[in-house]
Amino acid sequence: MTSKRTLPVTDLSLVVLIGATGSGKSTFAARHFKPTEILSSDFCRGLVSDDENDQGSSRDAFEVLHYIAGKRLAAGRLTVIDATSVQSESRKQLIGLARQYDVLPIAIVLDVPEQICAERNAARPDRAGMPKHVVQRHQRELRRSLRGLEREGFRKVHILRGTEEIDDAEIVLERRYNDLRHLSGPFDIIGDIHGCRSELETLLNKLGYALERDAAGRPVGAVHPLGRTAVFVGDLVDRGPDSPGVLRLVMGMVAAGSALCVPGNHENKLGRYLKGRNVQHTHGLAETIEQLDKISGEEPEFAARALEFIESLVSHYVLDEGKLVVCHAGLPEKYHGRTSGRVRSHALYGDTTGETDEFGLPVRYPWAEDYRGRATVVYGHTPVPDTSWINNTICLDTGAVFGGKMTALRWPERELVDVPAERVWYEPVKPLVTETPGGHDGRPLDLADVAGRRAVETSQHGRVAVREENAAAALEVMSRFAVDPRLLAYLPPTMSPCATSQEEGYLEHPHEAFAAYRADGVRQVVCEEKHMGSRAVALVCRDAEVARARFGVTEPGVSGALHTRTGRPFFDDPAVTEQILARLREAVTTAGLWDELETDWLLLDAELMPWSLKASGLLRRQYAAVGAASGAVFPGAIAALEAASARGTAVSDLLARQRGRATDAAAFTDAYRRYCWPTEGLDGVRLAPFQILAVQGRSLAALPHDEQLTLIDRLVSNDPTGLLQATRRIVVDTADEQSVAAGTEWWLELTGAGGEGMVVKPLQALVRGGNGRLVQPGIKCRGREYLRIIYGPEYTRPDNLTKLRSRFLGHKRSLALREYALGLEALDRLSAGEPLWRVHEAVFAVLALESEPVDPRL
Amino acid sequence: MKPLILVHVFLTISLTGNDERPATDLGFLLHKHPEKAQAFSTSYGDAHVFYPEASAQICTAALLLEVDPVALVRRAKGTGKDRGGAPDAALAQYVNDRPYAASSLLAVALRTVFSSALRGECRTHPERAAAPLPLRIEVPVLPARGGADLVRALFEPLGWTVGAEPIALDPQFPEWGDSRYVRLTLEGELRLSDALRHLYVLLPVLDDSKHYWISSDEVDKLLRFGEGWLENHPEQQLIASRYLSRRRALTRQAMERLELARLADADDIEVEEIDNAVDESTDTEEKPAPLAAQRRDAILEALRSAGAARVLDLGCGQGQLVGELLKDVRFSEIVGVDVSVRALHTASRRLRLEQMGEHRAARVKLLQGSLTYTDTRLKGYDAAVLSEVIEHLDLPRLPALEYAVFGAARPGTVIVTTPNSEYNVRWETLPAGHVRHADHRFEWTRAEFRDWADRVAQRHGYHVAYVPVGPDDPEVGPPTQLAAFTRKSDQTSPTAQTPKEESAA
Repeated sequence: MTSKRTLPVTDLSLVVLIGATGSGKSTFAARHFKPTEILSSDFCRGLVSDDENDQGSSRDAFEVLHYIAGKRLAAGRLTVIDATSVQSESRKQLIGLARQYDVLPIAIVLDVPEQICAERNAARPDRAGMPKHVVQRHQRELRRSLRGLEREGFRKVHILRGTEEIDDAEIVLERRYNDLRHLSGPFDIIGDIHGCRSELETLLNKLGYALERDAAGRPVGAVHPLGRTAVFVGDLVDRGPDSPGVLRLVMGMVAAGSALCVPGNHENKLGRYLKGRNVQHTHGLAETIEQLDKISGEEPEFAARALEFIESLVSHYVLDEGKLVVCHAGLPEKYHGRTSGRVRSHALYGDTTGETDEFGLPVRYPWAEDYRGRATVVYGHTPVPDTSWINNTICLDTGAVFGGKMTALRWPERELVDVPAERVWYEPVKPLVTETPGGHDGRPLDLADVAGRRAVETSQHGRVAVREENAAAALEVMSRFAVDPRLLAYLPPTMSPCATSQEEGYLEHPHEAFAAYRADGVRQVVCEEKHMGSRAVALVCRDAEVARARFGVTEPGVSGALHTRTGRPFFDDPAVTEQILARLREAVTTAGLWDELETDWLLLDAELMPWSLKASGLLRRQYAAVGAASGAVFPGAIAALEAASARGTAVSDLLARQRGRATDAAAFTDAYRRYCWPTEGLDGVRLAPFQILAVQGRSLAALPHDEQLTLIDRLVSNDPTGLLQATRRIVVDTADEQSVAAGTEWWLELTGAGGEGMVVKPLQALVRGGNGRLVQPGIKCRGREYLRIIYGPEYTRPDNLTKLRSRFLGHKRSLALREYALGLEALDRLSAGEPLWRVHEAVFAVLALESEPVDPRL
Repeated sequence: MKPLILVHVFLTISLTGNDERPATDLGFLLHKHPEKAQAFSTSYGDAHVFYPEASAQICTAALLLEVDPVALVRRAKGTGKDRGGAPDAALAQYVNDRPYAASSLLAVALRTVFSSALRGECRTHPERAAAPLPLRIEVPVLPARGGADLVRALFEPLGWTVGAEPIALDPQFPEWGDSRYVRLTLEGELRLSDALRHLYVLLPVLDDSKHYWISSDEVDKLLRFGEGWLENHPEQQLIASRYLSRRRALTRQAMERLELARLADADDIEVEEIDNAVDESTDTEEKPAPLAAQRRDAILEALRSAGAARVLDLGCGQGQLVGELLKDVRFSEIVGVDVSVRALHTASRRLRLEQMGEHRAARVKLLQGSLTYTDTRLKGYDAAVLSEVIEHLDLPRLPALEYAVFGAARPGTVIVTTPNSEYNVRWETLPAGHVRHADHRFEWTRAEFRDWADRVAQRHGYHVAYVPVGPDDPEVGPPTQLAAFTRKSDQTSPTAQTPKEESAA
């Protein structure tokens, strides 16, 4: 008779079934685990050799098995190994695998009498021929193994003896100790304390906790009226004036459930001391020992309680649905929620480069620079003068014991609360001058953030894929020509023209733009004049200090950026950029937009004029060259034809055609000339902003365009220098014939007077159609004359128009939407204060997509 | 956005004569009747021949090619990656939007329309075809890279009296200067077939633009049409190299820079403005060229004395240094890194990586990378070379490179070379105040370089030593300055892997 056995199994672990052939491992596994969780050596033999019993293929089969197990464990999935595993050598490999992926190895032994195993095998046709000695050997090996399994490294060992016990066993999945994802706080995460009990009391008070004191007036607990939970990142003790007092308070809070605590390296060392190990009384341990000795008279059991507390601490916690990880010294993503000595070591001590600095201290490995995880990691350990976010991680050790301050982070608010140290309690070995590893001036992006084939997750349009060759081109342009990525928060998406018009003489016509939005169910659209310049993005900060603080720019005198649609600076001379930014800043200040938008920076989408300013090389070599060639060739050719005609040669058609061409060529020259005017410094330069993309903490991409343009108008009217130019527009109701006619008329007038055309946008800016898909954020409708620059001087000739009407817009539209979604994503990430690499990833992807093949005339 | 440009191709050929030898013989010689207008179909549109004047005294034949732009695009289509029926316009544009394509098209038209005359054949008037004639040829718009001077240098040795007037880009914007077109007139006593063959070869040579649809038998054509005049032409070498270079790997070149071409297009700039990492015509920017060799020697010397075996060449360009490193087996692993895919292609081709033996090839690797990003692939090397690299980065981006190399990759030795701007006054060909290469974002004096290098060494824990490369001028120093950084010996012991606090255990 056996009683029902429950076998606890950690939810992320490598479960190794151990038993002779025929012991029922596969049946057992199938009963307790999902089919995909089970990796069977027989199955792998089949994969590599087409024969599940081919022992000759074992080596390859196990390589496959280990490989798949590795992939599963890396992905954080419970994995069950269904192989005999009766030899210590084979188990050693599996334990190594578990360690490699920082999960617990768990052994479940199925100890079944040899006779039963043999009978079962005999009943299976494929194993009927198995020699008897195989089972015998397995059994022998199993016997030898049983006692040593813990020593081999298995963290849990369940031995089931006999078929009944096996049949009655029940697996119970257990959460890992570090898995507190179900707790969502709110939390107040508190940095290194180092015995600064008084500062801790002040900080807890400031955070709103009510302290509880014992009879002697010593704090023994603290409760927040709103039920918040304090989380201590460790290093409660050593160096400071009252380590026992800090322990007493934190232990009380943890016991009462009003706090969580992870261990720091100092707790760890104190624990070893308290267990009687031989440790050096350095780095402030001597002070703690002295303080503990002092109270041992009145509280003889305190040291034992402290040891118990320290030994109960879990290396790190994963909190709030996995969004928050707290540990002492920082933790790379691959260690989150993992359980191994290595994880504990990293959580307590961090990683080092192996080098030592001039003070003889180990150089810490800047793990946070490499960090790309989605969870926010809050830690301490490395004293810094000020906290700063780096890649979604923050170090809260602000050196209270060294006379700095004690810092807490409110979660999920992400607010920092700190109190100054009352004095320098302990002289630091080295000054606290270094910033968070990487710091402001070198916080480089990693190539792996952008290079190669990748997919960028966007909230508006799903995953957007980037191909390798496009990323390669973007890398070249970004590296060689673009402004500093910290200032490059956005690149504008490409825009599709309206569907091809069938109106006589037109390739593009407003009717098509209005019809497109009508079909998408968008009634209110705004038609904005298309400025005759180059697309420009302006990042305007209130001053250089804001640029430094918000964007981490360290170049002196840099207060923002003005760049082209591929991220190149508009002006070679940074002084000119700063002049333009200064004028913009003036206008923002006078218009009162800093306060109104609660920001100290603005990101603007704009058009910079004249076009000749940036495109002069192109204009000269491409456009003017055509004009020059036409101007020189036609008079002679026409004169020759006229002479031939006068002689009676039948060239009248040819002559008429050349005359028409000469007219077209002249129109072409006129068309490009409208985009050229001389500039001197900033004289003659104009900037037409048409959208405020983002401000501090907020993307404005969804702000309706009429509100946008009202803000912009205020900027323009507050610029006395004439640099800023307003954007003419008209609102059209796509379902109202009269309104559509008025919009069309407006466009005809605009383009008739030499205007480039217009952009039609949904008034509500960010709009989804009936099918839930994003609607094009804008559709351009270019003027008939302007299109000569694009399609050539003679595109309006009926036969040319007929051919051109077969143009294909599908890819352009898709590209426009994908780039738009990436742009929105960049703005969202920027506004949410996400790490630079996250913003850069999206911006880089826009640039990469711009190198996709698409008809550039669209 | 670039326009699809219509190519206007027009030229006239005039013959003067008298009643005995009437100029209207031109009609026989060209096999085109002076009283008719005739049209011929060519691959790029219709070519028309007509006579504005035809008398015994003077007869002028005009050739007008009405280029069909759609046909041009169609020819480009299919070579690029098509998308939904639209031509890969970037490729099409890249190839076709050049107005100076005129000359190649004209050459094709000449051959199509005047093939017999080109060969010197004339059944009715063989003696006229074989004799020099008083000819005048006008090409109102001739694309001429090298300008009027080169036009004269090419035609005058052939016996022509040459008129070549530059054409202004746009009279409304005189500051733009001249276009690359000239108005060409040629006068002389030459055989008509020679005249046509001169045009056939020299017009594309002057154009010097790249059309990848040129067929593969260009060498034969050059020999055939150059016979009798090209052998002794003083500019023979230039003519041959320009004529044939149009063909060399043109498709490949066009394909290689498609992505960059599109990015240039998005930004309304010319592809040359960003696709300029590789200048295949020269190995180095400076003359005298030996400086490049001296620099490589200095780098090799520094690497050898550092005992480096695994070496990164960061910014390897076309792989010259990688090639040198490969010759010395002590360099067991050589990684060339460049941000330009084109540079890497060129390097791979120059090093013959694909044909290289397995063992040798195993020592070398070329990677696309960027020094403004950290790159885990670059960690753990003995040495890194940054030869003539830093000056290609905008100064504000330099800290990113510093961190990527000295902070993140942290090779034991880093060799940095860069021009010494003080020495620039010694370059005879370099105008005062100019940098040595168009892409140099800055050039430093010795003091500026040392100031930077000292700071980098200090910040990242390196020692630095300076070595002059090239003649060390007593006044302005050497043309190239070299800094050799050595990582300070790590006071690393196995126990230092964990912090001090734990070593107490």
